[in-house]
Amino acid sequence: MKRKPQRRVAVIGAGMSLFMRRALETGKELSYYAASQALETAGVRLKEIQAVVMATAPDAFDGVHMKGEWLLDGAGGVRKPYLRAYVGGGSGVFSIISGWTLVASGLFDLVLVVAEEKMSSCQPHPQGAFLTIFDHTIERPLGPNLLWIFSLEQHRYMATYGIRNEDIALVSVKNKRNALDHPVAQVAASLTVKDVLASEVVAWPVHRLMVSPISDGAAAIVLASEDVARRLSDKPIWVQGVGWSLDTSYWGNRDLAYPRYVERAARMAYEMAGISEPRRQIHVAEPYDPFAYKELHHLEGLQLSDKGKAPEDLARGRFERTGELPTCPSGGLMGVGNPIAAAGLMKLCELFWQLRGEAGARQVPGNPERGLAQAWGDLMQVGTVAILGVN
Amino acid sequence: MLEYGWDAGVAISRFLDGLKAGKILGVRCNVCGRTVTPPRAFCELDFKPIDAWVELPDTGTINTYSICYITWDMKPLRKPQIPAVIEIDGTTPRAGFLHLIGGVKGSSVESIRKQLRVGMPVRAVWRKPDQREGAITDILHFEPVRGRRR
Amino acid sequence: MRPASDQAPTVPTVLSALDQVEPRVWKGAMPVQFLYTAGAAGERFFQTLKRKGVFVVTRCEECRLTYLPPRIYCERCFADLSETWREVAPVGKVHTHTLVHVDRQGRNAASPTLVAFVRIDGTDGGLVTRLLEIAPADVRIDMPVELVLAPKRRRRGTLDDIIGFRNRR
Ligand SMILES: [Zn+2]
Ligand SMILES: [Zn+2]
Repeated sequence: MKRKPQRRVAVIGAGMSLFMRRALETGKELSYYAASQALETAGVRLKEIQAVVMATAPDAFDGVHMKGEWLLDGAGGVRKPYLRAYVGGGSGVFSIISGWTLVASGLFDLVLVVAEEKMSSCQPHPQGAFLTIFDHTIERPLGPNLLWIFSLEQHRYMATYGIRNEDIALVSVKNKRNALDHPVAQVAASLTVKDVLASEVVAWPVHRLMVSPISDGAAAIVLASEDVARRLSDKPIWVQGVGWSLDTSYWGNRDLAYPRYVERAARMAYEMAGISEPRRQIHVAEPYDPFAYKELHHLEGLQLSDKGKAPEDLARGRFERTGELPTCPSGGLMGVGNPIAAAGLMKLCELFWQLRGEAGARQVPGNPERGLAQAWGDLMQVGTVAILGVN
Repeated sequence: MLEYGWDAGVAISRFLDGLKAGKILGVRCNVCGRTVTPPRAFCELDFKPIDAWVELPDTGTINTYSICYITWDMKPLRKPQIPAVIEIDGTTPRAGFLHLIGGVKGSSVESIRKQLRVGMPVRAVWRKPDQREGAITDILHFEPVRGRRR
Repeated sequence: MRPASDQAPTVPTVLSALDQVEPRVWKGAMPVQFLYTAGAAGERFFQTLKRKGVFVVTRCEECRLTYLPPRIYCERCFADLSETWREVAPVGKVHTHTLVHVDRQGRNAASPTLVAFVRIDGTDGGLVTRLLEIAPADVRIDMPVELVLAPKRRRRGTLDDIIGFRNRR
C-alpha cells in the first residue's frame, strides 16, 4: 500500500525548557516556557494556533491523574481542540506524528505540539510507577525493577553478536560530551570509557553511567501546513515521513537482540519519505538513547547499521558529530537528560535546529538536508520515527 | 499508595493452578504454530483462541540474564538478584519468560559470570508442595543443570 | 486473510473459558508518593499570604483577566505575566456553596462541612474554601465574605494557612 498524505507539513518553530533533576516550577510552567519559546521562534501568536497536542508519560510520574488535562493551560490548549498523545517513552516522537496527522489531513493549518515530564515529584523513586509495566501476577512477585529489562536486553544483544561492554560505554562518552554544547543539558560531561566502566554496576552489564537520569523538563514545536509555512517561515523544515509500530506486550517472547518494532516504524517512515538508501540519505540521526546500548540497538533497527555492527561503526567514529552519520549531536538522553516525553521531542527540536544550520556549537558540518528522530517505549515495544528535511 | 486487586484472568489463573501442582503449562496456536508460556487465552498474532494447553517440562535454557545490585527504589543489595529470561524446553525459540536464577556461588559479577552463560540449560527449583500457593514464586528460581549438553 | 478452518474455535469458547478455572485475584500496590511544587507563581502567592495576609494576583491587560491563583502566563494569549504582580484585599463573594455530609472515604461525617467557592473581589478567580461562623441556612449566593487566616506564627506558606472565609462585617 502506497501511503499518500494529503498535505505537506512543516516544523516552523521549536523551544525547550531547561532539563534538570528537580525543577521548582510546576509542569504547567515548564510547558509554558517551552511552548511560548516555540511560538516566538515561529512568529506565531497563541491565538493563531488551531489545535494543541500534548505528550506526557504516565500520570503517576507527576502524581496528577489525567495530567494531560491538568497541563492544558501551560500547553496553550485552553478553548482549543486538544489531544494527549501517549505511547510511554515513545510519546515525544509520537507527539509530532499526532500533530502531523492533524495538519496532513487538512483539519488544521497551525498546530502546537508540547511535551512535558516532571519525574522528580514521584517518591521514593519513579520506578514505583514504572513497576506496573511488569505483569502484576507473574512478574511483580519476583521483585523486579525496571533496570532488569534493559540489562537483560543489553546482555542478549552482547551475547548474540559478541559485543563488549567497552563498545557500549562509548555511547555514554560520545553523548555526554556532545551535551557539553547544549545550553539546557542536565548531565553533560567529559568522560572516558574507563570512567563509565568504573561507575557502579547497577544491573550487570549496565553501569550507572550507562543510564539516563531522572529529569524534569519540557519541549515544544509548531507545525504548519504548506501554504501557512511558506508564508510564515523563511526556512520551514518539512516532515517527510512518519512511522510507528508496536510489538507484542509479552516482552520475553520477542527477539531481545533486535528491535523489530523499530524496523517496522522506520520502514513505514522511509517509504513515506521516498528513502531507499537510508545510510546515504539520512544525514543526521537522533536515535533514542535512554540506556547506552539502546542507541546502538536502535541504529540497527533503523537500518543505519548492520545487525550487531553498530558498535564497530561507533568505534571507528562514524557516529561522531563530525562523522559520516552524526548520531545524537544534541547529547541525547544520556547527556541532555530524560524527562520522558520531552526527551523525545527534544530530538525533533535538535533536528529542526541542525537542518536550519542554527545548532551553534552542536552544528554538524556539511549542511545536513535530512534527519531522523526515533523514540521507544510503552512496554518496551513501540518504535516511533519521524523524518525531517529541508525540502 | 494506591492498592489494587487485579484479576489474573482465564489463562493465568490456570497457569497458577499448574504451578501449584508442580507443572509448567503452556498454550499452542495451530495457525502460527507457536507454543508459548506464560499461557494466554488467545493468540495475539492470529487473534483467535489458543488451540491447546500443553504440559511443559520444568527445564529450559537461559536466553539472557542480568546481575542486579539494587532494588527498585535504588537501595543496594549485597546479594544480587539474577533475573533471567528462560526459554522453557518445548516452547518456540525466543519465546521466553521472566524468572530468577539461583544456585550460584558468590556475589561478584566475575564469580557469577563464570558460572552462567547465555544458552546454558537450567531446571526449575520448586517450593515444597505444601508450601506452594499457586504463584509464580512456587518456582523459587532456575538453576544450572550441570553436565548436560544441548 | 486466513483461510477458514474447520478447527477454528468460535467466540463462545473464549467467553466460557473462565468456567474451567478458579479465577484468581492478585493483590498489589503502586508504591508512590509525591513531592509537588507550587511553582514560580504558587510560591509567591503562598509566601505573600504568609507574610502580609493578602493575595497576590497577575493580570493580562490584553485579555482583561486577573488571575487568582496567579499564573506567570496568560492561558488565553500566552503573554508573560511575571512582571504584572499586584496585591488584592482578601475579600470576595460566595459564588456557590454546598453542605458536605460525607468524608473523603465516603463515610458519614460527624458534622457537615459548609464549603464554598469564593470569587475574590477585583479578580476573575477565586478559591474553594470553608465557610466559618455561619449557619448553613443563612448562607446566600453573592454574600460578601472575608478571609480568616491562621495566626501569623503558625503560617507555613501553604493552603492550610487559610482557615476559611466568614461573613464580611
Ligand atoms: Zn497464532
Ligand atoms: Zn492574555
